[in-house]
Amino acid sequence: MISINVTKTLNTADGVLNAEFSIEIRNGEFLTLFGPSGAGKTTLMRMISGLETPNSGVIVVDGEVWFDKSKKINLPPQKRSIGFVFQDYALFPTMSVRENLLFAAETAEQKQGVDELIVMVELENLANRLPSTLSGGQKQRVALARALVRRPKILLLDEPLSALDPSMRQKLQDELALIHSRLGVTTLLVSHDIAETVKLSDRLASVVSGCIEKLCSPMEFFSPQTLSGKLQLIGEVLKMEEDFPVTVVTLLVGSSVVRTVLSSEEANSLSIGGHAIISTKAFNPIVIPI
Amino acid sequence: MENEFLTTMTLTFELAAVTTVILLLIGIPLAAFLAFSKTRFKSVAETIVSMPLVLPPSVLGFYLLLAFSPASFIGEFLTSHGVRLAFSFEGLVIGSVLFSLPFMVHPIQSALSQVPRSIFEASYTLGKSKIETMIRVILPSIRHGLISGIVLAFAHTVGEFGVILMIGGNIPDETRVASIAIYDEVESLNYAMAHQYALTLFVVTFAILLIVYTLNKKSLEGLR
Repeated sequence: MISINVTKTLNTADGVLNAEFSIEIRNGEFLTLFGPSGAGKTTLMRMISGLETPNSGVIVVDGEVWFDKSKKINLPPQKRSIGFVFQDYALFPTMSVRENLLFAAETAEQKQGVDELIVMVELENLANRLPSTLSGGQKQRVALARALVRRPKILLLDEPLSALDPSMRQKLQDELALIHSRLGVTTLLVSHDIAETVKLSDRLASVVSGCIEKLCSPMEFFSPQTLSGKLQLIGEVLKMEEDFPVTVVTLLVGSSVVRTVLSSEEANSLSIGGHAIISTKAFNPIVIPI
Repeated sequence: MENEFLTTMTLTFELAAVTTVILLLIGIPLAAFLAFSKTRFKSVAETIVSMPLVLPPSVLGFYLLLAFSPASFIGEFLTSHGVRLAFSFEGLVIGSVLFSLPFMVHPIQSALSQVPRSIFEASYTLGKSKIETMIRVILPSIRHGLISGIVLAFAHTVGEFGVILMIGGNIPDETRVASIAIYDEVESLNYAMAHQYALTLFVVTFAILLIVYTLNKKSLEGLR
C-alpha cells in the first residue's frame, strides 16, 4: 500500500497553483493519472520518486516512510525503490543497450536478470547497439527494461508512449500490459490517451488543477451512463461543418476518423478538441474480420 | 644552439601539459558549478572566469608579479616558506592556469548544460550518487567538450606570451618558453633561430588540433 498526502506549489503557465494530492495506491495495481497538461500529474510522479520535494505532507510505501515533512524525513531518489521511465527515454548515450541495463544492476541476481529482461522486451538482437541507433519504440523498450532491473516497488511511467506513432504505441501498450501482469509491479502511468488508459489501467485518477478529482475505473470515468445493449465509442471532435439544418461532425475514434451527422442543436453542445461518446443500439452491429 | 632550442621547446610543452592537467582537475567542478548552480554569486564567478578573454595579458601578469614579489603580503608569506614564484616555472604554471581558465571551462560548461536533466535524474532513480553519475554517465557523454577544453587550454598555453614575459622573464631552462624565445631572437636579429621556433610551434599546433578534431568527429558520430 502506498499512501500519499502531499501539498506542493506549482508554477504553471496559468500562474501559481497550490496542489494538494491525497491518494492510496493498492499494491500491484495499474493506476493511470489522467488529466490536462499543467494539472500536476508529472509533479506528483516526481514527488513520489524524490526528484521533487513536496512543501508538506507524507509519502509512505509499505510502511516505510519516504517523505514526512514534520519529521524531516526525505529519502533521496537513490534510496527509494522506484523505476522511472522518462518521456524522452533518458538513455545513457555512451552505453550500449545491455550496458544501460547493467548500469542499473546492483546485485549479482539483478545482473543475471538483465538478459531475461532484454528477452522480455525483445531486444536480444540489439543488445550491443548504442541508443542513438535505435528507433523511438526500441529506445522506450530499453528505458522500460532499465527501470525494471532493480525490481522496484513502484514503476513510474511519465507519458512513455506519447512520442511514438499509433501502431508502435499499441504494440508497446500490449507489452506494458503483459509486463505488468507478469511482474505484478505497482505501476503509475501519466497519460493523455483515452484508449491507452482504458486498455491498461485498473483504476484511473483524474487530476484537475492540482488535485485528484475522481478515482474510479476507467470505464466508469469515460462512460458513466451504464446503459445496456448499447455500443459506445469515445472520440475526440476534430471538425464540425455547419450544413443547415444539420452539422457534419468528424471524430477521431481510436486511430480511425469517423464522420456523423447531427442536428445543429445537438452539435451545439460539442466543441472542437473536446471528447464525446458515440453510442448506438448494439443488438445488430455489423462486425467483419479484416 | 641546438641544445638550447630543445630545452626551450621541452619547457614550452612541459608548461602546457602541467597547466592542462591542473586546469582539467579544477575546470570540471568549476564548469559544473557554472552550468547548474542557481546562486546569485554565479554571475560574479562567470565574470571572473571570463576576464582573461578580454583583459590584456600584461594586466594579469603585472598583478601576479606584484603578488609574487616579496614586498607583498602573499609574496612575503611564500618567501618565508621558501617558495619563490616570480621568475620561476611554478609561477608560470599559476599564471598560465589563470590565463587559460576560460578556454578549459567554457567548452565543458556548454557541453554540460546541453545534457538533458532527465539523464541525471534517470541515473539518480537507478540508485547512483551524484559523483558516480558524473564519472560514469555525464563525463563520457560530454567527451567532445572535454577534448575541446583540453586542446584549447593546451594550445593557448603554448601560445601565451604577455603573462609569461611579465612574471617569468627569459631564464633558460626555467622560464624561457618558445614564444619568448622568438621575441628574444628577433630582437637580436637572429631570424633563422626565430624562424625555427616559429615554424615548429606552427606545425606542432596544427598537427595537434587536426588529430584531435578528426578523432572528435569520429567519436561524435557514434553518439548520434
